[in-house]
Formats: sequence, structure tokens, C-alpha cells
Amino acid sequence: MNRLDVRKTYKLYIGGKFPRSESGRSYPAKSTDGEVLARVSLASRKDLRMAVEAARQAQAGWAGLTGYNRGQILYRIAEMLEDRHDTFVGQIVAAGAKPRAATDEVSAAIDALVWYAGWADKFAQVHGNLNPVAGPYFNISAPEPTGVFGIVAPDAPALLGLVARLAPVIVSGNTAVVLASEPSPMPAITFTEILATSDVPPGVVNMLTGSTEELVPWLADHGDVDGIDVMGASPQQRKRLQEGGALDIKRIVGLRGSVVDRSPQLIGAFTETKTVWHPKGR
Amino acid sequence: MTLAPSRDSVLPDRITNASLRSFLGGVGTVDEVMTHRRVAELATRSIKKDSKRAALLTAVRMMDLTTLEGRDTPGKVRQLAAKAIRPIPGDPTIPSTAAVCVYPNLVPVAAEAVAGTGVRVASVATYFPSGQLGTPEKVAEVEHVVSLGADEIDMVIDRGAFLRGDYLAVFDEIRRIKDACGDLHLKVILETGELASYDDVRRASMLAMAAGGDFIKTSTGKISPAATREVTLVMLKAIADFADATGVQVGMKPAGGIRTAKDAIRYLVILNETLGAGWMTPEWFRFGASSLLNDVLMQIRWLDTGRYQDPDHFTEA
Repeated sequence: MNRLDVRKTYKLYIGGKFPRSESGRSYPAKSTDGEVLARVSLASRKDLRMAVEAARQAQAGWAGLTGYNRGQILYRIAEMLEDRHDTFVGQIVAAGAKPRAATDEVSAAIDALVWYAGWADKFAQVHGNLNPVAGPYFNISAPEPTGVFGIVAPDAPALLGLVARLAPVIVSGNTAVVLASEPSPMPAITFTEILATSDVPPGVVNMLTGSTEELVPWLADHGDVDGIDVMGASPQQRKRLQEGGALDIKRIVGLRGSVVDRSPQLIGAFTETKTVWHPKGR
Repeated sequence: MTLAPSRDSVLPDRITNASLRSFLGGVGTVDEVMTHRRVAELATRSIKKDSKRAALLTAVRMMDLTTLEGRDTPGKVRQLAAKAIRPIPGDPTIPSTAAVCVYPNLVPVAAEAVAGTGVRVASVATYFPSGQLGTPEKVAEVEHVVSLGADEIDMVIDRGAFLRGDYLAVFDEIRRIKDACGDLHLKVILETGELASYDDVRRASMLAMAAGGDFIKTSTGKISPAATREVTLVMLKAIADFADATGVQVGMKPAGGIRTAKDAIRYLVILNETLGAGWMTPEWFRFGASSLLNDVLMQIRWLDTGRYQDPDHFTEA
């Protein structure tokens, strides 16, 4: 009758694979009343380096898909999340939330994904424009993905905050390196299992659990990161990320607004505008 | 009593297919399992900080910066030469590469671009990469490339002849091409990706060295697998044994598929552990590579600044 526990190893998510930290380190994720829920990987700067490499490698292919296709994939993430609704509720409750609030949070996260999935082939119409110019030219502006984004995920709400910051980054064709919430990493880790089974190409989203304090300087100074969403970062960390960003002109997003904002403007914040002139002819 | 170094000391008195076969039969075999284990073990060596910086700069100095594409143009080659001379524009602390390696057509362009800088011009020849033509035509091509101003010649062996056991044909061809090269450095490409086993690689190495190759080189870069650390170790061992037997020092050039600084350092570790400091110079070891250089430069910058670098900030070659 007695059966040994089959305990899960909580690992990183880099390039579509689930490696342990190369450093071999881990740290305890605890509930609000101090109970140890699991030991999760404590990522090192080298894990961050690998994650950025994977994100860079995946970026052109992801941006090259049609918006319609990216929308399908985001919708697929929502479908898979719906399927594991109860798992997330359980994890959020274990971390100290009320069951009702946890249920609402998971539903809101799913809805946010569906909402952004719908924008995938529409945001360009909102952010793009045919500009009036004084000359015989068409002058067309269109949004393009910035490239590789670092995201410092908010601590709370752990799942909804993560999804609400991640979806507007990847919907336009950016790839992401996410520093998961340090105190609440469990929903982020389970979310990577969903990403891995949702047709999201490897490397589009990379998830690092560990010490935000330790990883922020490496993320801030990394030359191959094009922008950083600092919404989940502490004031000191935001300052550090802005300083690092100033070295090579990274786009810094998330200084204002709220963790759970959702708007087409937010999609635009993670894009760059390309403007082309085209002769009009007759 | 020591004899003057001579390649002939290992060769039979009368060179025939049969006598070469018995020479190569006597060069010994390769332990594949231990070769892999040795390479894996050497890959765990930790080279950090100042040593790493020194290794990376050595790798730059050992590089044959290569472009071997049908779409190469004089402009591309001039750009490559500029990169070879001064890998990071405006930073004289980064040394020049050993050579640029191009197709024969582009040798005059390359020679003009690197004139007076110490960077050498290597050219592939002998109907690279297949080598599927007769020896007279290959010799004629080499003579032509020499007249165009190349400093070094990279030839390919006739793998077909080697694999069917016609060692005399391979041997004679290398000899005649070495004669055509005169004083120029001859690198002999074995194209190890087309040879059947490490034993073959060892035999081909010995044959190429005995016939007069100044360097032995793994690959053309057109066949996969190209250079591997295992095959490089096998060839380095052959070089060591050849040097012991004849007193003649032969150089080594792994080429193709070496893309990261980390990989380059692992090659250098294998080189140092197998042949020692006497080979740790551009005179005796080269990397045939194109994209490797920028990764090495990025690693040097990372050591200098403590920040991971943006590939876009390094010039294309």
C-alpha cells in the first residue's frame, strides 16, 4: 500500500528545454506562513546568458510568423492554461491566497491571453499609419518587434502579473527572458510546462527562477538584450536596470501603470516604429 | 649520433604501393574510446581570467580568416583583409590574424590588401573542395596560384584514391604539389569527414607528412562533420609520433565548424597537452574559421568590461 512520493524537480526553462541551473544551486520557495513548498533552481549569470542566447536565436523565426499564426499560438496557451486551471488555483492558494481570489486570478490570466491573441493580427493597424507628407510620396509607419526583451515579473499576483506582462511582449514577435518572481516562483514554473506544450517555438519564452537581486545587474548590462520591462522590479532594481539600459540604449518599459494593465498601447510600447517612403507615381 | 631531420627516414627505400601499404600498416592504430575520453577530460580544464585572455589573443593570432564561397567578391575579400589586419577597428591591442584564406581568383586582391602588414595570404588549390581532377591539372593550378602571389597553399588529398588503397597516387600527388609550391607553406587537407575511421585519419596524416606537407589540416569546411576535437587529437598524436621518428616538425590546422571561443580554447588545451609549447604559435598551429573571430573578440571584450556583448557591435568580415 505504501508508495514512495514522486516529487517534482522544479527547473529552469531555456530554449524549450528544462535544465537545472548550471550552478547546481537551488533555494526554497515558501508559502506566506513559512512552509517550504519546493526547492527551485537558483539561476546564475551563465543561465541568464544561455537564456538570452536562446531568445536571440528564436527571435527572427518568431517575428517571421504571421500575426495570425502568433495569435493562434497565444490562444493555444490559453487553452492549455484552462486545462490546468485547478493546478494553478492550488499553487496560488498554497502560497496564501483565498480560493475565490485564486480562481479569479487564473481566469483573468486565461482571459488576458485570449485578449492578446486577438490583437496579434490587429495591433499593426492601430499603431501603424499612413502619414500625411508634403510631397509625392506614401509615408508609411508600421510597428516592428524590438527583439529580445528582459522581463522582471511582478511578485503579485504571481500568475496574472506574469501573463499580463509577458503576453504583450511576445504577441508582436519579441522573444523574452523572464526573471520569475523570487518569492512566488511556482506558478511561473508550471506556466513553462504549458508553454512547452502550446506550439510556442523553443526560445521564445525563457524562464529563470532565482535571486532577482543577483540577476538584475547581468540583465541590465547585457549587450544583446534590446529592452527590459521593469514593472516587477523594486525601485533600486529599476534604477539599476535604467542605468544598464542607458549604456546601450535599451528600451525601458513598465515605469508607469499597473501590473495587470492590458491595452494595445502596451503592445506598442514593446515595438519600434519603422517608417518608409514610397514614391507615389501616377 | 643524431641524424639531420629527414622525412625519408620513415619511408621505404623503394616507394611502391605495396611498400607504402606496409609503411602505413606499421603506424599503429587509434583507440577510439580513449581518444573520446581524453578529449572529454581535457574539455574540463578551466582557463580563466588572464590565462583566458592570453589564450584568446593566441587564438586570434593563429587564425586563418577564411571566406570560401561562390559569391565572394573583391569587396568582400578587402573587407575580410581589413578585419584580419585590425580585428577591432581602433583597437591596436588586438593582434592581426595569421592569414586570410581565399579562392585562387581572389588571391591578387587579398595580397594587395594585406601587403606590408604581416598577414599572409593562403589560397586553396587542387580543385578544392573535391579535388576530382588529374594530378597534372592540380599541379598546374598550384603553379598558377603561386604566381598570383599566395604565401600558403591549402591542397586537398584524393580521398577516393586513399580509400581504395592507392596510396602511391596520393603520395606522388602531394610530392609533386609540394615541388610546385617551392618554398611556400603547403597545408594538406585530409577531409576527415570523408575518411572512414580514426585509423584512416592516422594513416592519411602519416602519408601526408611523409610526402612533404608542412601542415596537415582536417577539413575543407564543405563536408560535415568538419573539424572535431577528437580527430584533431588523433592528428596531433600522429604529428608527435612523426616528429619523434623523423625530427621533422609539422603543423596542424583544424578547420570548419569551430565557432565559439570556448571551443577554440579547448583546441588549444589539447594542442598544449599533446605537442607542448613548441607548437603553440601561429607558425605551427592555425584555426581555419570565419565566424570564430567575432566570438573570440566578444569574449575578450567581456573580460575587459564585465558585460555580455552585443554581436551587432562587431564588424562583419
